[in-house]
Amino acid sequence: MPTFVKFTIDGVVCMSEEGRQLVEAAVENGVFIPTLCNYPGIPPKGSCRICTVLINGRPATACTTKVAEGMEIQNNVPELEEFRKAVVEILFAEGNHLCPSCEKSGFCELQALAYRYRMTVPEFPFMFPKRDVEAWHPKILKDHNRCILCKRCIRGIFNSEGKPIFDFGKRGDKIVINIDPDTSKDISDELVQKAMDMCPVGAILKKEKGFDVPIGKRKYDLAPIGSEIEN
Amino acid sequence: MPRKIIIEPVTRVEGHGKVTIHLDDNGEVSQTRLHIVEFRGFERFVQGRPFWEAPVLVQRLCGICPVSHHLAAAKAMDVIVGAGDGGNLTATADKIRRLMHYGQIFQSHTLHFFHLASPDLLFGYDAPPEKRNVIAVAMVNKELAIQAVMMRKFGQEIIQATSGKKIHGTGAIPGGVNKSLSVDERDKFLKGPAPMNADKMVSWSQDALAFFKDYYSKNKDFIDNFSKFDSNHLSLVRKDGALDLYHGVMRAVDAEGKKILNDVNYQDYLKYIREETKSWTYMKFPYLLKLGNEKGWYRVGPLARMNTADFIPTPLAQKEFEEFRKATKGRPNNMCMHTHWARLVEILHSAEMMRDLLKDPDILGNNLVVKGTREKEGVGLIEAPRGTLFHHYRVNENDQIEMANLIVSTTNNNEPMNRGVNFVAKAMMTAKKEITEGMMNAVEVVIRAYDPCLSCATHAYGKMPLEVSLYDGNGNLLQQKRK
Repeated sequence: MPTFVKFTIDGVVCMSEEGRQLVEAAVENGVFIPTLCNYPGIPPKGSCRICTVLINGRPATACTTKVAEGMEIQNNVPELEEFRKAVVEILFAEGNHLCPSCEKSGFCELQALAYRYRMTVPEFPFMFPKRDVEAWHPKILKDHNRCILCKRCIRGIFNSEGKPIFDFGKRGDKIVINIDPDTSKDISDELVQKAMDMCPVGAILKKEKGFDVPIGKRKYDLAPIGSEIEN
Repeated sequence: MPRKIIIEPVTRVEGHGKVTIHLDDNGEVSQTRLHIVEFRGFERFVQGRPFWEAPVLVQRLCGICPVSHHLAAAKAMDVIVGAGDGGNLTATADKIRRLMHYGQIFQSHTLHFFHLASPDLLFGYDAPPEKRNVIAVAMVNKELAIQAVMMRKFGQEIIQATSGKKIHGTGAIPGGVNKSLSVDERDKFLKGPAPMNADKMVSWSQDALAFFKDYYSKNKDFIDNFSKFDSNHLSLVRKDGALDLYHGVMRAVDAEGKKILNDVNYQDYLKYIREETKSWTYMKFPYLLKLGNEKGWYRVGPLARMNTADFIPTPLAQKEFEEFRKATKGRPNNMCMHTHWARLVEILHSAEMMRDLLKDPDILGNNLVVKGTREKEGVGLIEAPRGTLFHHYRVNENDQIEMANLIVSTTNNNEPMNRGVNFVAKAMMTAKKEITEGMMNAVEVVIRAYDPCLSCATHAYGKMPLEVSLYDGNGNLLQQKRK
């Protein structure tokens, strides 16, 4: 028999199963906490920091925190909204995100969050890093220009033997997520599609797949990010 | 004393350019040039990108007629994905693309004629500059101005319905399209309340032609003789010789009407076309290979299309076409200002095409994409509003573009525009001590007739002054005028 706990988000009393991931518990209670590295069903990492909330006055990532009785959580407050906008801006400035010609435009979580936080142009200087397109794989195209290193693909995409398809390459600020030629050799079309869908940006593409959903019918054309939770 | 006149920027054209005119000791025009001084570089930075991005990425060359680049790239990518060269797309895909394109032609031509060119016609090229603009047109002819705005709006909304956005949509994808029209979308254009329906667009297009022909009857000498010179003419035509702005074969005729490029497959364009570079401009000079760079230059665009096509496959435009051809007794028309007339005939043709396509049930279909055996190389040609547009791509085994060559419409008209500038400069400025505003605008009027879209080749921003400077033979500034 699960134990339920009471907590508050922005002063509103909420309930959830004890030990539930705070991001999920918030969804159950109609509250949207933005995420980028977190993805349902895969272990949380807490690396992008965009889900940072104040728990009893102290900052913590909502994807790695479990709800407990009596928690007082601040989520929708100006201080955090500014911080989240800055996280989005940094990610835009750090990579080469050219939304107008990106296959994931309209499906991209980073783009959707930029709209949510009303980003016009990043406050931070663009770094314009020189990055490659990895196109050797017959089914997958990896565009390093767009990768935000969230590691969703590393943590969530495995072949039939349970081995990861994606892995880190290089080090420091040159770090990239590469396709493993051995484990990805027999990857199914379905798994490629799953990897593309899991990627929050347009860094993992299924080859020859792009722009097949017309403008106006894309995921975030139909409903802005978070609106399905906040109703 | 030799003098050099600079007109910068050229106004009421799309994009930025400048003109230099050199006068010798006797005040004779010794050299004229239309310079495109900025560099665009799309052919280089699409290299390495996946091929299916090309139709969406390359259209960012321009915000004026992006549909043309979108469709030309998509046509090239049709070849790459094995969907063939024009004829193999599904009926729905072919007709949705055509509808998008005719919407584009309609709005772009309307913008050019009413917003950019009509002030010169209504007020004269030597009218005060504060009067030579679209606001002044609206002040004296409110109904005309409203029609122009609504016609443009109709074309833009057709583009939005077929590609998702009025500017930079995503409708055309390799092998087809990503959407067709719903019944509601179709009915909005077909049965919508006036003025926003297809029938009204046809009748307003006829009004526009009547307006021009009335002007022509009163200003025949100017329209017939302002920058009139012989040239070759090139365009796509349908296989049966009809005017077809979306697909066909390449045809060129000389100034006498003799076919010098006889309905050839544009996949082989490199067998027939070459481009020459010159140090003083970023715009290349294309020419027909067999005639060489001295004699092989040609015009493209509405005037050229009226000269290459045998007929127009819509009845009202065909009637106007016959009248247009009668003006030169069937011989090719080489009168620069008749380009406006030709453009208006194409506006009418586009309105008829949009109306007919909207009535075609195929535009409601669901069979959108076809693919076949992959190819490494593909060429897409289309008749953009300003003329023939070439897109050529080579794709490597990893699906990345490794080579792109674009010959944009305005580039094809480079030599004719330069000759036109020279023609007018000689006529207007020879042995004149003082440059007048009217003289400068006359030079721009001839450039404007070609409706050049310098945006395709330039990348300028900000407010640039119009500056005309007079220098002596030693390069000393004698006189300068700014506006």
